[in-house]
Amino acid sequence: MSTASETVAFAWTAENEAEAQRHIAKYPSGKQQSAVMPLLHLAQKQNNGHVTQEIMEFIADYLGMPAIRVMEVATFYTMYNHKPVGKHHVQVCTTTPCWLRGSDGIVSACKKRLGVEMGGTTADGMFTLSEVECAGACVNAPVVAIGDDYYEDLTPESMTALLDALAKGEDVKPGPQNGRQTSAPEGGATTLKDFIAKA
Amino acid sequence: MMLQDKDRIFTNLYGHQDWRLKAAMKRGDWDGTKDILAKGREWIIEEMKASGLRGRGGAGFPTGLKWSFMPKQSDGRPSYLVVNADEGEPGTCKDRDLMRHDPHKLIEGCLIAGFAMNAVAAYIYIRGEFVREAEVLDAAIEEARAKGFLGKNACGSGYDFDVFVHRGAGAYICGEETALIESLEGKKGQPRLKPPFPANVGVWGCPTTVNNVESIAVAPTILRRGASWFSGLGRPNNTGTKVFCISGHVNKPCNVEEEMGIPLKELIEKHAGGVRGGWDNLLAIIPGGSSVPLLPKSICDTVLMDFDSLREVQSGLGTAAVIVMDKSTDVVKAIARLSAFYKHESCGQCTPCREGTGWMWRVMERLVKGEAEKSEIDMLLDVSKQIEGHTICALGDAAAWPIQGLMRHFRGEVEARIDAYHAKAAAE
Repeated sequence: MSTASETVAFAWTAENEAEAQRHIAKYPSGKQQSAVMPLLHLAQKQNNGHVTQEIMEFIADYLGMPAIRVMEVATFYTMYNHKPVGKHHVQVCTTTPCWLRGSDGIVSACKKRLGVEMGGTTADGMFTLSEVECAGACVNAPVVAIGDDYYEDLTPESMTALLDALAKGEDVKPGPQNGRQTSAPEGGATTLKDFIAKA
Repeated sequence: MMLQDKDRIFTNLYGHQDWRLKAAMKRGDWDGTKDILAKGREWIIEEMKASGLRGRGGAGFPTGLKWSFMPKQSDGRPSYLVVNADEGEPGTCKDRDLMRHDPHKLIEGCLIAGFAMNAVAAYIYIRGEFVREAEVLDAAIEEARAKGFLGKNACGSGYDFDVFVHRGAGAYICGEETALIESLEGKKGQPRLKPPFPANVGVWGCPTTVNNVESIAVAPTILRRGASWFSGLGRPNNTGTKVFCISGHVNKPCNVEEEMGIPLKELIEKHAGGVRGGWDNLLAIIPGGSSVPLLPKSICDTVLMDFDSLREVQSGLGTAAVIVMDKSTDVVKAIARLSAFYKHESCGQCTPCREGTGWMWRVMERLVKGEAEKSEIDMLLDVSKQIEGHTICALGDAAAWPIQGLMRHFRGEVEARIDAYHAKAAAE
């Protein structure tokens, strides 16, 4: 007989229950398995950034599908974490377009500031550092995703400043860190000048 | 002559203006959508064919023709439109801008394309990392529903249609249409054997067409302005405008909408501030995203940016993601990093790809250092040919082509590195 279980059984918060139902309603009747990815995202968020066996079994039950099918999905896609991650998950893109623009320097700056290697989490649980494949923001390279936001046009200095600010709990501004307007050429667009003037 | 702003489709490419419905309508979105639908399915498909639009996701298949493959009459199964927004081809970041800054173009395009292929709904499959972009899409869809543009009797057309967003979770392979369909069904993203093709058996066993974001988002403007307007831009068989992504060693990396067939040099010098250190400092360019073979400067000097011109030089337009490398680049390392990418992203289903991408990457890592025999170059090319064309999907091809391009144009550099490594080893 086991006494009080070490892991609390997973259940949706009321808000996430509604959100889970919103996802399931997107798909045709009987095709609720399609919601497994959004539900894994949702559960991971509720569980502070990672999924567990309990969560995968809960979702299997919730969607009426075998647990192994949920586990297959949860281990196939890289965004589902199977170990706890820090409050800020710092994901550095190092694929060729970012590498050409100095992602090596960004990786070094992160390792130095956080004192961890790739895949590591700081002792205070604030940061996890990961290397990711192409983030899809290549004209704003080098790019780092932290949580749900992209930080772009980084230098080792602006990267370190960003981590400093997050460590202090300060607000940081996503997007280009060099003041540029999204994906427009730095210093001003070469096209669409009338439209931009009307903005 | 440079494309004029009046002929640009994505006037809010950079997000200077608001993405929301009110501003989008001022930019011309959702204008006369009901009238377009009233012209009927045949008219829409014929007009799309006449425009010459070729798919903007990489393969360049004629969009109107693709739509025409969908069943005209339902056999009892519903049909679906699926939008491929799983943007992840290294170098490519155009669909992100279209979704976060001009979402209503895509949503209106979904309705029109969906109507033309008799679909009941569209699913936009967006890569998982684009959390903010998915939020914008969700909110824009909600706006369109509230206005009656989507849902029952969409735009007063008498047609019922809805659009949904589905977020991926970090798998490049889901950009392959049948892997995307598997993923949308809640499974691992492993490609399906074709046939049956998605137009017969797609998502949930129903007729499905998968189109790239840009292909769908340009459709409303083409239909409003007319096929002849679009086909009058660019070159024959390579018509219209295109959003290019210019990354790497340029002074001002950027996205920009330009005319198809613009000279590569002009594209970079006009919009991206030129190559870092000047055009003569150029080493090579990958002109269409990581999968297409690179081009040395001598070809970049004159090549035009369209499907046929780039195919003639044994490369491709792909997603029109231009990755620029100046003379400071270790080009072997640049390609080796792409090999690492394909190794990481292989879904593991087909042996040549699962084993071959890792094998090629390991050889490439040695070639970066020169720690190899020259005979291994031919062996590597031979293996790349055994992967290419021998897998269910094109990821194997995509892993092979960058290496083949490197050896085609920079074999001397690779050999010199091997010589230097052996000379150094002999001296020690």
